[in-house]
Amino acid sequence: MSILVYTESENGKFKKSALEVASYAKGIADELGTSVVAVTVNAQDSSILGNYGVDKVLEVKNDALSNFNAKAYADVLKQAAEQVSSKIIVVSSSANSKYLAPLLAVGLQAGYASNVVALPVSTTPFKVKRTAFSNKAFNFTEITSDIKVIGLSNNAYGLKENNTSASIEPFEPSLNDKDFDITVNAVDKTTGKIAIADAEIVVSGGRGLKGPENWGMIEDLAEVLGAATACSKPVSDMGWRPHSEHVGQTGKPVAANLYVAVGISGAIQHLAGVNASKVKLVINNDPEAPFFKAADYGVVGDAFKVVPELIEKLKEFKANNA
Amino acid sequence: MKILVCISHVPDTTSKINFTEGDQKFDTNGVQFIINPNDEFGLTRAMWFKEKQGAEVTVVNVGENTTEPTLRKALAIGADQAIRINTSPTDGYYTAVQLAEVAKDYDLVIAGKESIDYNGGMVPGMLAGLTGFNFVNNCIGLEIDGDTATATREIDGGKESLKTSLPLVVGGQKGLVEESDLKIPNVRGIMMARKKPLTVQEPIDTENLTKAISFEKPAPKGDVKLVAPDQLDNLINLLHTEAKVI
Repeated sequence: MSILVYTESENGKFKKSALEVASYAKGIADELGTSVVAVTVNAQDSSILGNYGVDKVLEVKNDALSNFNAKAYADVLKQAAEQVSSKIIVVSSSANSKYLAPLLAVGLQAGYASNVVALPVSTTPFKVKRTAFSNKAFNFTEITSDIKVIGLSNNAYGLKENNTSASIEPFEPSLNDKDFDITVNAVDKTTGKIAIADAEIVVSGGRGLKGPENWGMIEDLAEVLGAATACSKPVSDMGWRPHSEHVGQTGKPVAANLYVAVGISGAIQHLAGVNASKVKLVINNDPEAPFFKAADYGVVGDAFKVVPELIEKLKEFKANNA
Repeated sequence: MKILVCISHVPDTTSKINFTEGDQKFDTNGVQFIINPNDEFGLTRAMWFKEKQGAEVTVVNVGENTTEPTLRKALAIGADQAIRINTSPTDGYYTAVQLAEVAKDYDLVIAGKESIDYNGGMVPGMLAGLTGFNFVNNCIGLEIDGDTATATREIDGGKESLKTSLPLVVGGQKGLVEESDLKIPNVRGIMMARKKPLTVQEPIDTENLTKAISFEKPAPKGDVKLVAPDQLDNLINLLHTEAKVI
């Protein structure tokens, strides 16, 4: 009856979202008086999961799984869930976890609720709160099936340290050849930059920056904050920045702790994509920009003056608070 | 090649979101419905396969008869025929089971990676699980050559190029085509759409695994705290001590 959690790693290292889903699973386990079992695939140093409440780690080491494969990974999790008779499986909202979760749900005949933002509202009936309508509303969903899959929104629960000593067991699932009728040709990942999906802080620029040549200060601001960079739709449409940086309804979703919007007016489609962020700071010279209505903090002023000064002051702040 | 494009009928992105019946139902009053944007990128890519590779394109929706204008719009954009499965799509699994029943006769199934109303993000994956077809989610590029598919998938912080084979389910999004490639139906398209077949099928019996109980709008936001441009130390202090985000 343990809670099963998929703790995702990249190049052997756990993603922050893996530690967050482990913390969350521990929260449910405490409510139900049970334990947490984590599944890792080709991760190093699984014992660290004990710091976030994991009691047991099923450690999969298999070269056939060195590239992510949604069907094969879903199958691994299904076998793990069956081995420990788990009825509740928790995954993150990373691209890979969202890829495998519906496959896992079908495999286990489980109801799946994605974008869940808090511990279950009740466990009998099993009811969760999730975002819907592109963050314009919350939806309370009851998962009525015996087995349940929960997808936790990024940065929704946070990390909760909880010293447990995790026992580590090797786990050798059987792999199905049919799942490997899909192969990875190439992976193109920008190195040395924080991915929007993994970021706690995102700094985003809009048309107000007037041209791609002015993006240096956005990158500098992101660097001093340890943030990912992003942009509004018009900016990516005009080719000032790559499409992969476009955030908003048709771009990437952002659920950061802090979203900094520079020179972005805040069209409803943009807000739909970034509204899940906890705190929004808007810098814009137009006091009528709709984004100010959705923001927590605002500076009405010329970004070309405000941003460089903010960078200098943040550097000072970081130096004093290091 | 036979392509099935799954179409979700969703409120326009600029709609005001309200609920009725004690916050249990979405209030459709005054709301304009559109093709789910993630589905429209897929539909437009399907049109490309039709023009360049002679593919046959069917659109399908699980919904009551109020969704027919959305299906007609897809026909006006250029799909050859439409199927409506006559039931209310009450949960992702139920919807996927209905679609899987139709999908088994197709080579390529494209569904948006998520709808912009429930944002479940589960129908394409469940469809792949139910049919046993290969599956690429967050697909931002797709080429088909015979039975071989080359797809690009968006991953966190980059992209990945994949090789697989038909039959295939794709979770589509922007990137399959660009916004500028989207087609507004012309008069001829609209006229032709009226004559194209729209078949209504009854649903098959299956269970729901989840149930949407109620909705809630986020608490009204407090006013923005404005900080003067010459008070940035104060801003940093607020972000540090009040918001606790830096």
